[in-house]
Amino acid sequence: MNICIGGAAGDGIETMAGILEKTLQRSGYYVYSMRDFMSRIRGGHNFAQIRFDSEPVKAHIDALDILIAYDNRTYDEHQKRLKPDGLLLCDPQLGVSDSRTLPIKLKTLAKESGSARTIGVVCIGALVKLLGLDLRTAETVLRETLPEKLLDMNLTAVQKGFDSVEQKQTLASPNVKGQLLLTGAEAMSLGALAGGLRFYSAYPMSPSTSLLNFFAAHAEEFGLTVEQAEDEIAAINMALGASYAGAKAMVGTSGGGFSLMVEGLGLAGIAELPVVIVDVQRPGPATGLPTRTEQSDLLFACFASQGEFPRMVITVRDHPDAFYQTARALQLAQKYQIPVLLLSDQYLADSAAIVAPPDIGKAVQSVSPLKQDEGGAEAYLRYAFTDSGVSPMRVPGKTDALVRSDSDEHTEEGTITESAEVRVQMVDKRARKLELLAGELLEPAYTGAEDPDVLLVGFGTTTNAVAEAVIRLNKHGVSIGALAFGDVYPLPTKELRNYWGKAKAVYSVEQNATAQLNKLIRMETNLSCTDSILKYDGRQLSVDDILHGLAAFGIGGEVPA
Amino acid sequence: MTNKTFHTTETAWCPGCGNYDIVNTLAGVLDDMRFKPSELLLVGGIGQAAKLNQYVNANGFSGLHGRALPAAVAAKMVNESLTVIVNTGDGDSYGEGGNHFLHNIRRNVDITHFAHDNQIYGLTKGQTSPTSDSCSVDRTGACNLSKPFQPLLIALAAGATFAARTFSGNREHMAKVMKAAIRHKGYALVDILQPCVSFNKVNTFGYYKEHTYELEGDYDATDLETALLRSMEYGPKIPIGIFYQVEKPTYHQQRPAIYDGTPMIDKQLSQDTLQTFLNKFA
Repeated sequence: MNICIGGAAGDGIETMAGILEKTLQRSGYYVYSMRDFMSRIRGGHNFAQIRFDSEPVKAHIDALDILIAYDNRTYDEHQKRLKPDGLLLCDPQLGVSDSRTLPIKLKTLAKESGSARTIGVVCIGALVKLLGLDLRTAETVLRETLPEKLLDMNLTAVQKGFDSVEQKQTLASPNVKGQLLLTGAEAMSLGALAGGLRFYSAYPMSPSTSLLNFFAAHAEEFGLTVEQAEDEIAAINMALGASYAGAKAMVGTSGGGFSLMVEGLGLAGIAELPVVIVDVQRPGPATGLPTRTEQSDLLFACFASQGEFPRMVITVRDHPDAFYQTARALQLAQKYQIPVLLLSDQYLADSAAIVAPPDIGKAVQSVSPLKQDEGGAEAYLRYAFTDSGVSPMRVPGKTDALVRSDSDEHTEEGTITESAEVRVQMVDKRARKLELLAGELLEPAYTGAEDPDVLLVGFGTTTNAVAEAVIRLNKHGVSIGALAFGDVYPLPTKELRNYWGKAKAVYSVEQNATAQLNKLIRMETNLSCTDSILKYDGRQLSVDDILHGLAAFGIGGEVPA
Repeated sequence: MTNKTFHTTETAWCPGCGNYDIVNTLAGVLDDMRFKPSELLLVGGIGQAAKLNQYVNANGFSGLHGRALPAAVAAKMVNESLTVIVNTGDGDSYGEGGNHFLHNIRRNVDITHFAHDNQIYGLTKGQTSPTSDSCSVDRTGACNLSKPFQPLLIALAAGATFAARTFSGNREHMAKVMKAAIRHKGYALVDILQPCVSFNKVNTFGYYKEHTYELEGDYDATDLETALLRSMEYGPKIPIGIFYQVEKPTYHQQRPAIYDGTPMIDKQLSQDTLQTFLNKFA
């Protein structure tokens, strides 16, 4: 089942979608829910799309079973996606002439309940009846979600909605229990806590602000330092100061804010200060499309900053990945004393999914500790030359040893030097960390035929849509497979070379205009894709987009769901 | 240098630079106050003044130009047992770092900020700084048409709980002000007038010696209106001293639920607490 709810900003789409997701979760379904919002507070057109099933759902699709239209614009924009036997729920006042319409006097029922703003809850009541769900489940969710003073009118509204229609479906319920409903931003925030986060600083910027909101809301509960910085330059420099002083530190932003942080990224590189930088990508350049999605910061993240230093770039693929990779990123940053960049995007940050409860212990143990080499000197040397390239890091004030960090090139003690010899030794020491780091890299996940004729390569949040497209094509007899990269820089190449050798054609699937993953692969391996499926309109690639893209290359064609 | 505890040797400063008086006085002050080097964190940005932490025996963080304050306050946020002192120049403090200057005053984190103010850019060889006099001539021969930045007036307007000015050539006065600033609970700004012997041929040692005078013995440093008026007095006569000092809740004191005296770095979130929280998403 795939439901779309659309209206203007300010209509309460977000609240209604949240209550509906929770109701579906409690009814025992797998849910995958995405958001499409404009950068405005009132008016315009916003929608939420909720897919649920008795089988796990991990991506969104285009075809709709139910369209709930608060206004005519919603009908006009989405009616083409509504299946011929689909259902259009709207107020008769809209005057829509469509055989799929199930008119409900939403506005009248909402007003009768006590407020025009209960319109969404009237819809939920109607949906519960139509789909044959238990009304009590929805009522419980309302009780948990809404403030006391609004509860009565909403309970009336849900009942009125329920009574306004007849049951249309009896859906099988898998009765999934014990699963969590998490947005990508929540999964990432919880992963950071599991990874030992002590300090978070940020300047509000869509679509990364949900991270700041989460940490600020729970700072007291979890005993965190959370600081809204005066700008992103302050945010990264604060995180580095906190890191120097012994706290695991993270910053979150989007591409524009990351641009401001870049000098700080270099400081983390030369001063060897652990830090995690989250870039929740949106389409750029400059302000771009503030509330929409893209994967166009990939190469920027890999190569931002003047100078040369080791870093790691991890792209987050889905909700469980957001949890585990954030925990892992904090630990890798600490172990190697490097900046680790985590690339997410608006699509993942704002979408919600049912996931198995993350294993905190597993997240904590995902990175093995390093046996610290003190460099053999008698006195403490912050930047001691070691075989691993990792020097002993101490917390200032914890021992009599003095800890010096410097953005200038420095000696083993951490004081300024212009020595040609020390400069080369220090650059080499920092670079040596990459040798150990290579052993930490996670190969891309593979889905599909054992020896595929066609290989797809992708990264980050397109992963599950690509995998679903591949599985559908495999069922249809197409020899195809996909590699989904999470770790992208340094680029793991073992599985890539393995599958590349088998395939007759390779396509990259990317949410950007210039095929950045293809470029990165070519740079690191001298391999080049046959072609690419690219999307850069600010809307996330769906399973259908991938199938259509492949069909254009003569692969697959019309594939049944 | 005069004392052993904080003594180091070589510097990269010009002979006769006002920075020598500042570092020697500071080393004496730290010794007098009986600090252990490991309890101190000296933070700098980039510039000649910012190199001070390289020459003092203590923990040191030399960050980016203009960005000393964010790093310093965050180090203090997570480890309140450190005494954090920023030494950095007028360009670093008021130019490149102007936004951080304004907003860290508002945060009132318990750190000390010694802004070495020589009214010129030294390390880049003689450009005007935010505090350069109007119509002063820089090395390109251009007249500075911008009004000088007024650190104390702006700090007071932003809500500073400690604002002072001293002169590097008056070491006794400088030591007294430094001690008060370090003892102050909250963000403390000391604008330290100092000559740049290489590039500022107007605001010299002699110039400051002639024009500065100490605030009166009965000056009331708790009166904001007076402080605002006196901070605007800058011309033929330049007052030095503590213009304003009041006790207001510090960053940490305003958040007792988070900062209970145990430094943030010594606390951990337990897996049980997190597990319980995770269950709320079921």
